[in-house]
Amino acid sequence: MHLDFGIIAGALPFLWKGFQYTVQLTAISAIGGLFFGTLLALARLSSNKWLSMAAAGYVNLMRSIPLVLVIFWFFFLMPVILQSLTGAERPVQIGAERTAIITFIMFEAAYFCEIMRAGIQSIPRGQVNSAYALGLTYGQAMRLVILPQAFRNMIPVLLTQTIILFQDTSLVYVISATDFVGAASKIAQRDGRLVEMYLFVAVVYFVICYTLSYLVKRLQKKIAVIR
Amino acid sequence: MTTYLLNWGVFFEELPGGGEEYWQLILYGVGWTLAVSACAWVIALIVGSIIGTIRTTTNPWLVRFGNGWVELFRNVPLLVQMFLWYFVIPEFIPPLKGWIVRAEPVHAQFLSAVLCLGLFTSARIAEQVRAGIQSLPRGQRAAGMALGLTQPQVYRYVLLPMGFRIIIPPLTSETMNLIKNSSVALTIGLAELTFRARELGEYTFNFFEAFTAATLIYIVIAMTANRVMARIEKNVAVPGYIAGGGGK
Repeated sequence: MHLDFGIIAGALPFLWKGFQYTVQLTAISAIGGLFFGTLLALARLSSNKWLSMAAAGYVNLMRSIPLVLVIFWFFFLMPVILQSLTGAERPVQIGAERTAIITFIMFEAAYFCEIMRAGIQSIPRGQVNSAYALGLTYGQAMRLVILPQAFRNMIPVLLTQTIILFQDTSLVYVISATDFVGAASKIAQRDGRLVEMYLFVAVVYFVICYTLSYLVKRLQKKIAVIR
Repeated sequence: MTTYLLNWGVFFEELPGGGEEYWQLILYGVGWTLAVSACAWVIALIVGSIIGTIRTTTNPWLVRFGNGWVELFRNVPLLVQMFLWYFVIPEFIPPLKGWIVRAEPVHAQFLSAVLCLGLFTSARIAEQVRAGIQSLPRGQRAAGMALGLTQPQVYRYVLLPMGFRIIIPPLTSETMNLIKNSSVALTIGLAELTFRARELGEYTFNFFEAFTAATLIYIVIAMTANRVMARIEKNVAVPGYIAGGGGK
């Protein structure tokens, strides 16, 4: 068969736009997911039974159904939820791209929660006790003593999860958002050039993810030595 | 203000074409999800075990090949791999392309999905098999060698039986990941569970009921897989070595 990689050059500006959205989605979801995931982890470890049960239920639910189904769920539910929040006449449409951001924050929160929970639990009990003995409140103990150490210990795992997230964002394709894969597939179908386009996409993802996971591995070694 | 009306009876309504009811549509979807997952799981376990094992051998070329395999399948998104298997690879294999053109679309979709998910998961299982073997005390290999076993025999009788027992818990979560990942096959048109749930929603606008059904079915499948693996773990536990007993 005849391969013509020239068609990619012409499509680069559009692909770049899609790629920027992919990076943006990854970054926002990672930061948002980490924020809510940490809150969820604190809730799961809370001594309040109801709070910890609710958090555990949310996390287990998110982790037991496919991401594709989660994306469909949010794509269907967001307009209805926004409608009831704003009291609008009709369901509020915010578009696939913005729905995807909210979906991924909520979905990743469940995964980051488990990482942060492990991180918090890896801190010796004595640290909490000494923080309280110094007169710190719960919030201060968490913010100043426990969480900084938990973050530090978990940095390699958090980064690895972010690389997985970077790959998973490609699934926004199912609600026709124009991320990197979405852009490539639109061009591929317009020009009838699926082979070149998908090979190009695969190579780009491979190079980026391989490099990043290599860097994470090196960082891990470095941190291991310091500790 | 328009409100959403729940209609749980929708599953027992007839399809526009007549004859079948919606619950049957969902059931067919479950069938494809289970079929794809089961076939892919067999491939993943066989290939993953081989790749994982050769990564622990003393042959540097085998180790390199195994490492390359794992990196290749881990660093490309599953969706892109699905597209590669379905759209790209047949273009380079003319006989396969010829078969796809003539075959029922669902056969090509099924084959692509099984190969894609099987090899994608094989890389993850290979990583666990490697970790399982390497977690064994060094003395086990040495003892096997000292008894006069060849390298294949050491693996067959000493390292693999213990290694596989150790990795049953991570293998369980990988099995559940595989079942969840099978939903990505809807992007190449395979009518599995998530596909059917969305289809039901699009036909009837009862998205909430359809997605709820799919969610519950996925949870049931995951819990069943979890129980089965826990049972296996309990049955094969070596007394006094690994804390036996299912459940985590």
